Amino acid sequence: MRYSGLRVIREGLFGNKGWRPAWREPEPKAEYDVVIIGGGGHGLSTAYYLAKNHGITNVAVLEKGYLGGGNVGRNTTIVRANYFLQGNSEFYSHSLKLWEGLEAELNYNVMHSQRGLINLFHSDGQRDAFVRRGNSMVNQGDDAILLDREGVREHLPYLDFEQTRFPIYGGLYHPRGGTARHDAVAWGYARGADSRGVDLIQNCEVTGIDIEHGRVRGVQTSRGPIRAKKVAMIVAGRSGQVAAMAGMRLPVESHILQAFVTEGLKPCIDHVISFGMGHFYISQSDKGGLVFGGDLDFYASYAQRGNLPMVEHVMEAGMTLMPMIGRAKVLRSWGGIMDMTPDGSPIIDKTPVEGLFLDCGWNYGGFKAVPASGWCMAHLVATGESHAVARRFTLDRFATGHLLDEEGTGSQHNLH
Amino acid sequence: MRIDGKGLIDRKTALNFRFDGRSYTGFQGDTLASALLANGVRMVGRSFKYHRPRGVMTAGSEEPSALVEVIERGQQTPNVRATVQELHEGLEARSQNRWPSLRYDLLAMNDLFAPFFGAGFYYKTFMWPRAFWERLYEPAIRRAAGLGSLSGKHDEGIYEKAFAFCDLLVIGSGPAGLMAALEAARAGADVILAEEDSRMGGRLLADTVEIDGRPGRDWAEGVLAELDAMPNVRLMTRTAVTGAYDHGTFGALERVGLHLAQPGERPRECFWRIAAKQAVLAAGALERPIAFADNDRPGVMMAGAVRAYLNRWGVASGKSVAIFTNNGDARKTADELTAAGIEVAAVIDSRPDAPALGDYRLYRGAQVTGTHGRRGLEWISVRDQNGERRVEADCLAVSGGWNPTLHLTCHMNSRPVWRPEIAAFVPVDGAVPGLHACGAAAGVFSTAGCLEDGLRAAGAALEAIGQKAPKIAAPKAEDGAYDISPLWVVPGERRAWLDFANDVTAKDVRLSAQENFRSVEHMKRYTTQGMAPDQGKNSNVGALAVLADATGRGIPETGTTTFRPPYVPVSIAAMGAGGRAAGFAPQRFTTSHEASVERGAPMIEAGLWYRPSYFPRMGETDWRRACNREVHNVRGRVGVCDVSTLGKIDIQGKDAARFLDFVYTNTFSTLQPGRVRYGLMLREDGHVMDDGTTACLAENHYLMTTTTAAAGLVMRHLEFVHQALRPSWDVRFISVTEQWAQFAVAGPRSRDLLNSVLDQKLDPAAWPFMACGAVSVSGVAGRLFRISFSGEHAYEIAVPARYGAALFRDLVARAETMGGGAYGMEALNVLRVEKGLLTHAEIHGRTTAFDVGLEKMMSKKKDFIGKAAAARPGLLGAGREQLVGLRPLDAEREIGAGAHLFRKSDPAKREFDQGYVTSACYSATLRSWLGLAFVVNGRARHGETIRLVDHMRKTEVLCEITDPVFFDPEGEKVRG
Amino acid sequence: MRITCPLCGERDRREFYYYGADDYLRRPGEGAAPEAWDSYLHLRDNPAGITRDLWHHEMGCSAWLVVERSTITHEIRSVKLVSDVQEGGK
Repeated sequence: MRYSGLRVIREGLFGNKGWRPAWREPEPKAEYDVVIIGGGGHGLSTAYYLAKNHGITNVAVLEKGYLGGGNVGRNTTIVRANYFLQGNSEFYSHSLKLWEGLEAELNYNVMHSQRGLINLFHSDGQRDAFVRRGNSMVNQGDDAILLDREGVREHLPYLDFEQTRFPIYGGLYHPRGGTARHDAVAWGYARGADSRGVDLIQNCEVTGIDIEHGRVRGVQTSRGPIRAKKVAMIVAGRSGQVAAMAGMRLPVESHILQAFVTEGLKPCIDHVISFGMGHFYISQSDKGGLVFGGDLDFYASYAQRGNLPMVEHVMEAGMTLMPMIGRAKVLRSWGGIMDMTPDGSPIIDKTPVEGLFLDCGWNYGGFKAVPASGWCMAHLVATGESHAVARRFTLDRFATGHLLDEEGTGSQHNLH
Repeated sequence: MRIDGKGLIDRKTALNFRFDGRSYTGFQGDTLASALLANGVRMVGRSFKYHRPRGVMTAGSEEPSALVEVIERGQQTPNVRATVQELHEGLEARSQNRWPSLRYDLLAMNDLFAPFFGAGFYYKTFMWPRAFWERLYEPAIRRAAGLGSLSGKHDEGIYEKAFAFCDLLVIGSGPAGLMAALEAARAGADVILAEEDSRMGGRLLADTVEIDGRPGRDWAEGVLAELDAMPNVRLMTRTAVTGAYDHGTFGALERVGLHLAQPGERPRECFWRIAAKQAVLAAGALERPIAFADNDRPGVMMAGAVRAYLNRWGVASGKSVAIFTNNGDARKTADELTAAGIEVAAVIDSRPDAPALGDYRLYRGAQVTGTHGRRGLEWISVRDQNGERRVEADCLAVSGGWNPTLHLTCHMNSRPVWRPEIAAFVPVDGAVPGLHACGAAAGVFSTAGCLEDGLRAAGAALEAIGQKAPKIAAPKAEDGAYDISPLWVVPGERRAWLDFANDVTAKDVRLSAQENFRSVEHMKRYTTQGMAPDQGKNSNVGALAVLADATGRGIPETGTTTFRPPYVPVSIAAMGAGGRAAGFAPQRFTTSHEASVERGAPMIEAGLWYRPSYFPRMGETDWRRACNREVHNVRGRVGVCDVSTLGKIDIQGKDAARFLDFVYTNTFSTLQPGRVRYGLMLREDGHVMDDGTTACLAENHYLMTTTTAAAGLVMRHLEFVHQALRPSWDVRFISVTEQWAQFAVAGPRSRDLLNSVLDQKLDPAAWPFMACGAVSVSGVAGRLFRISFSGEHAYEIAVPARYGAALFRDLVARAETMGGGAYGMEALNVLRVEKGLLTHAEIHGRTTAFDVGLEKMMSKKKDFIGKAAAARPGLLGAGREQLVGLRPLDAEREIGAGAHLFRKSDPAKREFDQGYVTSACYSATLRSWLGLAFVVNGRARHGETIRLVDHMRKTEVLCEITDPVFFDPEGEKVRG
Repeated sequence: MRITCPLCGERDRREFYYYGADDYLRRPGEGAAPEAWDSYLHLRDNPAGITRDLWHHEMGCSAWLVVERSTITHEIRSVKLVSDVQEGGK
């Protein structure tokens, strides 16, 4: 069923009785061409593009819990294309372009809002690093503007320009950066995939991966065995456990990242602001809550919850940067499981098992990658070849040293 | 309306306050909510989405509707619960989410369009035309949404954080909490009793209960007096425990000054981190509403809140009160209202077998089907087997049963379990290790049961920490059964509210099920149920029941509700206390800081340190002139620079030399006492971690220097390599960065300058380049290193930090008499760029020894950290970017770091990228702009012209690729 | 979160630096195959359950610690000095 303003009015006049389910609730079939393990943002977008771009519709997405229950439903919703290393730059650029057409593509309002992202810097050295980044972005065809201190003040007059611990030298402004309504992205892709014939199967946990003679044959699940010609593992923080079912050990360590939202407030922050010195970033949702986060808790964990030291650190960063938010009250905190890789960049690649594919390692940047990750993963699964914008996201790059280390922090997983 | 003789308020102390600009009077002990109710103010706010009139519903922090802005001296606090804000003289509050006024709110028209604003409607529209989202739709949505406003001004309020430790943390001070605290206190345990309310006692303050034959509140006073007198007990009122974290850590928010007209130096709030060996959760229970048509009208309140306003504050919530219930609790409400002389209009009990109560109209098996009244309740419609009737009432006290306040038990992902006999979720044992839920929080709803259960919980906690529980008998109290027959929603066509704060109705939940958002999480996210300021405290269970019904499942099969920290919203300022301004990170100052500031040097951040940027002199119009002069001073005469911020690590032990061989790529075991060597350190992943010099002070005694940025990292690394990889080696490390002040003395006249301060003149033969040794400076034992980061004949002199300030002043004064002076970071940077020396602009974590041209320093004769990984194919080879120098063809064309490089004929596009500039400066020495850069296969491209493109600074400059060492490539000066 | 340092006693998590899994204790010898280094530096079991990982009492006694801990509940089973573990293993 097509969504539109007219439809909303028509249904409203008739008691909203006519709205159809956003997706079916199918029983798993005995066999699929492609089984996708993981009904998060990346898994759902992969399913969507398999159907849309490659005409492969005999696809099942197997989800242990509910659709979109992982990081796509628990992030700070930032969408940007401001990477600077070749390999990342073109990928995120591609993703942002997909974002820009996503409402029309999915006939679903994911509320992608290009309100502009400003990365602040606090020393000459940081400025130079952001100049390098900004130049990379423009060289890629994306947008970036270097702001000096007064330029930042024009956009963000409420920052503390006088007393903050690390004075604001300027910022890198990325006008096309912004936010989106995170759940809607998962739902939009789910609805689109379902309408093209993909079976979305919730409450279906994969318990084993069947491999014969080096080739994948299917999966074992809590709802019985399912045969498959190809299997795609797209399970983010749980990648280690799922890959272990195929006998693989991954370059991934799972970590907790906390995020926070305040009570609803009338509009006070228009942009997305990123304060690297304080590991703090913030935006305001359309509902009025300030949505913000910080750095990892730093210890490996699957708990989806964090501890106070990082909570307080994040709040302290907010107070030194923009003390006008002091009286906003934090309503809720939560944690997501981040699949951290040794260079902070993702993996979209084949595995040593024929027919078994891997999409993981999104660290804490997975949300904005949802469209392009699905696009490229679908391409890989359908054609067996890496997509041009994702060809450096190889599984073996750590062994060979062809790294994509944006932070420059080296092989320690939790430092990215 | 006040009721004489009731309430715990001080009627002798009248307080004036303002709400929406009108003046009112209340009493000491009032909350804003009780005072407003006493003044007959029923409408206090507008709802989130439909902007419907709202009034006070509860008497606690769970309040979903009575949220106001509190105004003080040019600042304002949004979303304050009127039910929590204590009244003080001069309190000023105003309603939120309305324009232009509370009575006439333009956006109230939203309510007329409600059929189109159902759950998730915004996902289905506002998509066309695309450009309208950011320009039109979203701004309109944003303006309509949100509740209160921030002022936009810095929050200058005082906030604090504190740590506390105890054996037992008791959360809640009702009958269960008091008994638990008493038992633990008598056992001698260190007890913290934390109570969210301004006064201890819990429901004993709100209900008329007898304990041991006297009023419950008197009994509570007795227990509190005993506790207060014990040195091992800390009573914390106004302290809400907000979160349960790992290993017995709890977060708690204390409202310290918010209730005072003149808080003085007191903080507004204090955020506590409480480390408790054990904890007892005695937080009570929250009464829940029943969903029925227009159940959000001002005047519709929770029955328990109506009793609380009566007993605690002496306030009648209405002149004529109707009661709607599905459980036996209504009796209390009716009896107490009647006893206070308030008319009970009717009791509507949904249970067909409801027992007869007192002398008032009872409708058995009946339901409230609607509420009526313009801005507040005037009458309700009631339906029973005899049909529909009208009941006049200006207050409707609703009780849909009670939900245990189990939120903290969910903070570690535990899910509560459904207990059908009380139609509520209860916590499971061990949900949070060491946390024992008891009393109403554990689903025990009688007073006697709570008293007993508090003793049980404290007993279990004491046992867990090996303390013996004293024998205490529970006092006698009412032990009635809790009789409930669940009713979640009254059937009907009109909207029945579940989540008052987010305007979520039963219809919305049914619609989400209809659209297959059937999982609890989907329903929550699709409808926003439970995501409002009350976080579903009032509505989650009811919404779950509606969802269960809509999907044909039972409540336990449908799912459970979960809660995440904080239990009550906590201001960012409180949890971020101390972070304001410079408080965010420590500040490190060198011993020369004052002298530098006196000389007018702008101090800039270098990590946590502050270092002088340059030392301006009269007549210098900008920093570049000062910088050029300082560079000239060093190149021509002598300059002095504080380099104390570099990390200094003292290394001793008979395996120290071996150890250095292992952590550095090059060999140190051949270094003789009195000599210094430059060392390169890799991370184990083969990239450069840091560089610096290490001096051999004596046999088995070394002093390593690190860059300022990497000092902590290197220290940690050395400890790891030693303890984890070479634990049997005899070597120890200690950071002496702050123990020594160290100054670079650089330039052709550096030796002359030093000779003027040293007790013994330097013998040039004994002090070649890279020598080190002990010296005496005016009788002070110091160290001297002949090392250079400028390419000049230079030294670094170190003295114990307490002499640093004096030595710096002395050196600079003497340098000035020689035509030189102090130099700052800008000059230091120019000097090192001229020499092609590295900083973290070059060794930025992605570079290898190969990239920076130091692969010859990687010893082939020994293993060292990073050796194996550095041999990976991706870390070698011509495809990598290598360090080069850059000179603009036009020497005066400015170049900047961060610019990218392209072949002359190529477009400035990513695919053609040849590298980037890491450092750039104007060299006064060479009269040219200079840059250091990484260029693909750069070492083979010296002499090539390359195009520098800087979109950020809008410059484009042709440059020649050169060797990175621009100045004195043979190194004659440094050795001279 | 609180960790009991064998030398200093129970301390707040703020005093400790986290490194990663205890794989880092098993550094390949000289001449080991590249696969061994890949495994050492990058590949992880990453268990959802009991793990042994490395913490550094950086704001305390500087000891490196092996902490046996659940990644699901954060329960800590044991804390040992890295130097004891490593010397014991030799």
